[in-house]
Amino acid sequence: MKANPADYDLIGAPNLGAALALMAENPGALLPIAGGTDLMVQFAAGTLASRRLLSIWNLPELRRIDVSADEIRIGAGSTYTDVRRHELIAREFPLLAQAAAWTGGIANQNRGTLGGNIVNASPAADSLPALLAYEAELILASAAGERRVAYVDFHTGYKQMRLEAGELIRSICIPRRFSECVSYTRKIGGRNAQAISKVCVAALGRAAGGAIADVRIALGSVAPIPIRLPATEALLRGKHMDAQLIAAARKAALAETQPIDDIRSTARYRSAVVSNLVAEFLELLAAAPAPHA
Amino acid sequence: MSAARAAAKRSFSFNVNGKSETVCIYPMERLLDVLRNELVLTGTKEGCGEGECGACCMLIDGSLVNSCLIPVAQAENTSIVTIEGLADNSRYAPLRDAFVAMGGAQCGICTPGMILASAHLLERKPAPSRDEIREGLSGNLCRCTGYTQIVEAVAEAARRMASS
Amino acid sequence: MIGSSMPRKEGRDKVTGRARYVDDLAFPGMIYGATVRSAIPRGIIREIEFAPGVAWDEFVIVSAKDIPGKNYIALIENDQPCLADGRVNHPEEPVLLLAHSDKHILAAAVTAVNIQYELEPAIFTIEESERKEQVIWGADNVFKTFTVEKGNVESIWARAAFIVEGEYFTGAQEQLYIETNGVIASFDREKGVSVWGSLQCPYYVHKALMPLFGLPDERVRVVQTETGGAFGGKEEYPSMIAAHAALLAMKSGRPVKMIYDRAEDMAATTKRHPSRTRHRTAVAPNGKILGGTIDFVIDGGAYATLSSVVLSRGTIHAGGPYFWPAIRITSKALATNAPPHGAFRGFGAPQSLFAMERHIERIAQTVGVSSVEIRRRNFLKQGQTTTTDQLINEPVDLEKLLDRALELSGYEEKKRRFAESNKHARVKKGVGIAAFLHGAGFTGSGERYLNSLVGAEGTADGRVRVLVSSTEFGQGTNTVLCQIAAEALGLPYDAVTIAQPDTTMVPNSGPTVASRTAMVVGKLVASAALGLKQTLVVAGLLGEKCTADEFRAACAQYVAEHKTLRSFARYEQPEGIFWDDRSYRGEAYAAFAWAIYVAEATVDLTSYSVSLDDFVALQEVGRVLNPVLARGQIIGGVAQAIGLALFEKVEWRQGRMQNNQMTNYVIPTSVDLPPIRVFFEELGNRHGAFGSKGIGELPMDGPAPAIVSAIEDALGLAFNSIPLLPETIFETMTSAANEPQEEDLAPSGAR
Repeated sequence: MKANPADYDLIGAPNLGAALALMAENPGALLPIAGGTDLMVQFAAGTLASRRLLSIWNLPELRRIDVSADEIRIGAGSTYTDVRRHELIAREFPLLAQAAAWTGGIANQNRGTLGGNIVNASPAADSLPALLAYEAELILASAAGERRVAYVDFHTGYKQMRLEAGELIRSICIPRRFSECVSYTRKIGGRNAQAISKVCVAALGRAAGGAIADVRIALGSVAPIPIRLPATEALLRGKHMDAQLIAAARKAALAETQPIDDIRSTARYRSAVVSNLVAEFLELLAAAPAPHA
Repeated sequence: MSAARAAAKRSFSFNVNGKSETVCIYPMERLLDVLRNELVLTGTKEGCGEGECGACCMLIDGSLVNSCLIPVAQAENTSIVTIEGLADNSRYAPLRDAFVAMGGAQCGICTPGMILASAHLLERKPAPSRDEIREGLSGNLCRCTGYTQIVEAVAEAARRMASS
Repeated sequence: MIGSSMPRKEGRDKVTGRARYVDDLAFPGMIYGATVRSAIPRGIIREIEFAPGVAWDEFVIVSAKDIPGKNYIALIENDQPCLADGRVNHPEEPVLLLAHSDKHILAAAVTAVNIQYELEPAIFTIEESERKEQVIWGADNVFKTFTVEKGNVESIWARAAFIVEGEYFTGAQEQLYIETNGVIASFDREKGVSVWGSLQCPYYVHKALMPLFGLPDERVRVVQTETGGAFGGKEEYPSMIAAHAALLAMKSGRPVKMIYDRAEDMAATTKRHPSRTRHRTAVAPNGKILGGTIDFVIDGGAYATLSSVVLSRGTIHAGGPYFWPAIRITSKALATNAPPHGAFRGFGAPQSLFAMERHIERIAQTVGVSSVEIRRRNFLKQGQTTTTDQLINEPVDLEKLLDRALELSGYEEKKRRFAESNKHARVKKGVGIAAFLHGAGFTGSGERYLNSLVGAEGTADGRVRVLVSSTEFGQGTNTVLCQIAAEALGLPYDAVTIAQPDTTMVPNSGPTVASRTAMVVGKLVASAALGLKQTLVVAGLLGEKCTADEFRAACAQYVAEHKTLRSFARYEQPEGIFWDDRSYRGEAYAAFAWAIYVAEATVDLTSYSVSLDDFVALQEVGRVLNPVLARGQIIGGVAQAIGLALFEKVEWRQGRMQNNQMTNYVIPTSVDLPPIRVFFEELGNRHGAFGSKGIGELPMDGPAPAIVSAIEDALGLAFNSIPLLPETIFETMTSAANEPQEEDLAPSGAR
């Protein structure tokens, strides 16, 4: 343990409003900490630069999941266990339910939060491709009010995001229009549990009349941020599935990713696996039974 | 940035193994260290300090957590159960007995965390399959046993706890 | 009692959290120690600067100058400094020691010591060491060499129908005991140095502290605390951390606790020796080995430590369980600028046996016979001799053992089925075999040299306490030695306890290594226990035939009258054991255990990942003393070897481990392992307690080659290097298929 607790302060707040007020009063000086599964690792390694933290763990406005007719609103303070336990998420958003099950072990799932995963912004984060595929929107809250942004626009670069000073993610909103889709998600890591992904894919597709009506492919660990593959999707949309299309999609997907060599894997391997996963998804989509009229 | 200390020690109260405790400590002390050093409950171990090995597992309000990743301030007013607390609970005697008799513990350093994780699993899934046991323990690393005898011990404990 | 699964002696304490490991202990006035380590692989220390902003006067600072005696960690060559004195030869080499009462302030201070170096060129691989562009140790970078020769090797090549060559590699592996290295030391003018710690060999530490402090035997005390895993990683390393803590204790006048955090433990302490083995074999038309040469090389890191002994074991095991009419084994241990490599379960044998088992597969393919048949035709049989001319004089039947393993695993049926399904499936499956042996106990005259002494004592309440320096670290020492004593005396299990290993209280029963504890030390425990009984019989308190109650009463009475009742037994080399240390010929080991392992693997061609579906571990072990413990040893060892084969890769940069965290150095979790099915056979062993052979290390030798052979069966591609990660499988498959590359992509660094 390399940090000295005497050098850090951690304060709390009774509710979201109070937390946001504190952040407004101390601009840039308070680092929010929810479950701590990322920040406390940095703390122990002696690399947590922020010395004053604000606990947003278990704030009632953040740790809740609300369902309306059109969307699900997952509070940013919801843990992976909260997500795994939610029946509607399991039914309508299997990509997210599966990602939550893949994140760490049970003990880390009980503390890690979806909001924390987004803000920590590791390119390898497990839930983020699912949020991209589901076209999530974020509600960002500050003392000045709230705003809603498309998640796909949120990350701008490695560990850079459109989060203003004094803002917290309040909710992740996902539209309820994906239950007819074929879902496909895989995480390729160094082992079957507690692994940081080498490549991670979350994809949705819908076929109609033998053609690809809709397709969304999102990837993690192959770029500085989690990404969708807009060019590959455009190539696929409206086309009939055949071997040439899959081959073209493989190439297009590779062109949209920039995997690197790092301590866990190599760029060449990641590229090969991306290509294979895209093909596997498309084969699954081609083989899926047509939805009932 | 001055070298002045960022925080003062504060008082935090929580319930540990059924007993009220109050400590005066820095808010960012790790819960693991507070329990081991201030309360001298040394049964919970540190194996990695990064939430990977599960040796520091305990229950907070019934939920399994890695205590090396929890600032003590966030455990304020919670109910904590460590291996010492479980050890006094006769409900888990079949779990302890099975670990001892069936090779669930070899060097023993992962054992407190394993027992906590097993108890946590059995409370939620009283009749778990082998695969469910393995999944429930996938956050607890063991280097000695290869896990098989741990899984068998948990399965046996589940059987005995169900019939009692 | 023997052959029963008596419950773990210290099991109750372990499941209740009452077992006390060294970091659970606190001594009055205790402060904390930490180590300032080299950031470079090789160079001269020019300046040490203590940064401002730290209250250095609050610290105790120890350098090489503070060492009262000799600045080395006594082991074999005595070449490893306790603290660097003017120069460093590997990253993480200890330079200074700091102590402070606040461990957080201490940790910050370590980073505030700035050492300026004059860098020297460093070497990091076996090949670089062989080339001798830099000579970093001795005259030629060579710690040790061996040559083993049997028969007439020159004559075989001309007669050979096939000459098969191969080169095989194994990487470093981190022991990753879940409890890191740690000690508490105290120093007293009268009593001298005392150390409590997580360790395998109290007397190794004792032996190392004497010359360092210039203290005699009786003024050094070493006590083993409950140890959370070791696997060899706490065989020789603890002497270093113990010396450090003791130096700080001496200079501060306070007890000093040093506990490594995980990152330090992984980067700075010993690992399994990387290896390179080259085989060249002359083979007859029917696949029988006529003879061959084996060149076995290990990377020892910067100092000699135990490399000569690892080399020895690897050399002796290099020929596997096969009959070699003629062989020349040449081996060497080389120096590189990495932290010294050290003991890890198997100790050289997993390395050379990996090569042998992969090579026999290559021989099979060259000759055109099956993996099964090539082994049948070459297995050692009773009456034949090993590569060191040791006669196999027990009725081991490896062909029958192989048959049983094949049946248990369903090998033939699976092989046929997979050959068919692999034609069409994207998921390829395969099965692989490994046949191997493991010699238990110290090599050759080693046990005689150790001269182990074991004690048993009667207590005032009529019970028996075993007195050994052999340590428990999960493998079951406490349980098995108590079982043996209880059996020898006809006592109930609960009537026997075992003393905590404390060099002031127990004799030196030798180190807890080399799979020798149950077999060799256990035999002495039985003798010592019987010696207690003899004393009581001679004293007229007991008849030759007695009940447990009678023993208890006689023992209590004797102790009441005489204060102590003790009996000792010393190792005696059995008759007819002959070993020549110079030519490396003769009875290398008192006993070999034999094994056949079968692995079933699936390779997913989408991700190139390997998963194991089934694993059969069949071994002949003399006698199973405690079935639950024995099974636990095999499963645990197989799991560790699966890690070696498929998961555990040390990422080196300039001699330093980069992935020194559990996040990035991955060992198998509970969901990463196949069912590991364990089966035993028992031929007995007249040299081992109740017929037992050592089994602790055996399971480390076989899984890696069995798994790699299963992958080869699945893919039709040979891999000859472990760890074998998906990235390597991918690179090999794409280059094998000769796919045209659009860009000039550099091949991955993995081998």
